[in-house]
Amino acid sequence: MSQPIVIIGSGLAGYAVARELRRLTTDKAVVMVTADHGGFYSKPMLSNALSTGKTPESIINGDAEKMAAQLNITIYSHTRVEAVDTSNQSVELSNGERLSYSALVMAIGADQVRLPLQGSGVSKILTINDVDDYKHFRDVLVDKKRVAIIGAGLIGCEFANDLSATGYQVDVIDISPQPLGRLLPPEAGAYLQQKLEAVGVNFHFNMTVESVDQTDTMMQLRLTNGEKIETEIVLSSVGLTPRINLAKKAGLLVNRGIVVNQLLQTSDKNIFALGDCAEVEGKVLPFVMPITHAARALAATLAGKPTPVVYPAMPVLVKTPACPTVVAPPESGHAGEWRVESNGEGVKAVFQNNSGSLLGFALLGQATAMKNELATKLPPILN
Amino acid sequence: MKKYQCNICGFIYDELLGDPAHGIEAGTRWEDIPESWSCPECGVNKTDFEMVEI
Repeated sequence: MSQPIVIIGSGLAGYAVARELRRLTTDKAVVMVTADHGGFYSKPMLSNALSTGKTPESIINGDAEKMAAQLNITIYSHTRVEAVDTSNQSVELSNGERLSYSALVMAIGADQVRLPLQGSGVSKILTINDVDDYKHFRDVLVDKKRVAIIGAGLIGCEFANDLSATGYQVDVIDISPQPLGRLLPPEAGAYLQQKLEAVGVNFHFNMTVESVDQTDTMMQLRLTNGEKIETEIVLSSVGLTPRINLAKKAGLLVNRGIVVNQLLQTSDKNIFALGDCAEVEGKVLPFVMPITHAARALAATLAGKPTPVVYPAMPVLVKTPACPTVVAPPESGHAGEWRVESNGEGVKAVFQNNSGSLLGFALLGQATAMKNELATKLPPILN
Repeated sequence: MKKYQCNICGFIYDELLGDPAHGIEAGTRWEDIPESWSCPECGVNKTDFEMVEI
């Protein structure tokens, strides 16, 4: 009997590969190894769970046992892969076992970036990167009223909206002059800011946090301008960094992420990577849509039909109900400029090159209705 | 008319509105959407949706 396909990671990427593979073939053995409980859940749901009335428990669609039965796979939960032996095609697990693989899939995700900060409260700063982190956050949130969020990117804005809408006092600090600084032109940023302020979010822009100190029951943030923010919980959401250490240790080519070609294949032909840990043809795209496309292509490849991944334009929905927002950021390095139209009901911002081709957009408020129409005019991200 | 929510990204399919941009006319019942249809927001398959109670 041939060795199993081993998938490392039970996040959306890991499960998407297992699921897509099972659509194509039932006779290949699949083993999933995961550092956490192995339950299947939707990570994007975490950042609006309060408003939608969900608990960490109710977010989990199925535990490892149920998922293993449903997909006819074997799941090693609470188990880490310590090392990959590429010459013998095997992985060494934290429980001492060694597993041989015919193909290895790294779906190991990304870590939250931690800023180097001073102060006695630094170890109390929370990040939310998985449902266990989220459960801890919700436990800590009980009896609290004030939350400060470092970082006004996608996740920061979504949590700010969710917390503010459910009665918390929210401060958000960011080094840039506006929310979603990397995704929105200034006029659109100002609109989003105003809508989030209207539901109670306090922004502190053009500012970095110098220190976080713990007092009796409070946390105190000191900003670069000397301003002090008193709060009870500090959440950091300043970005993600792909997990590359395991691949690096195994001698695979890594850059920002684990380097893969369009077949999602690393520098070792039997090892593949997708999702937040992967750098596909130079692109690191930490969103759900790319995972779905990558998982389909990879499953076909693993089932015996080599299939390069193709990415269409993939607009990203920002879950800020106070200001519905869809962004399709232009690829960095592309020349062009933003053209912005706005009124009280929304903002339509399109990024065009000098020959008038659409390269990206940001739609806010009522303008989000134009998403599908504009998306068809965008160039594919990878074809 | 019912609404269905994507398990992964939270997108809501409203039978009343359909998904005209992807060939699903307004008023199309969930059962009548082809299996080849996928979530317009995150691309997961139809079978990964579940019904939302409203």
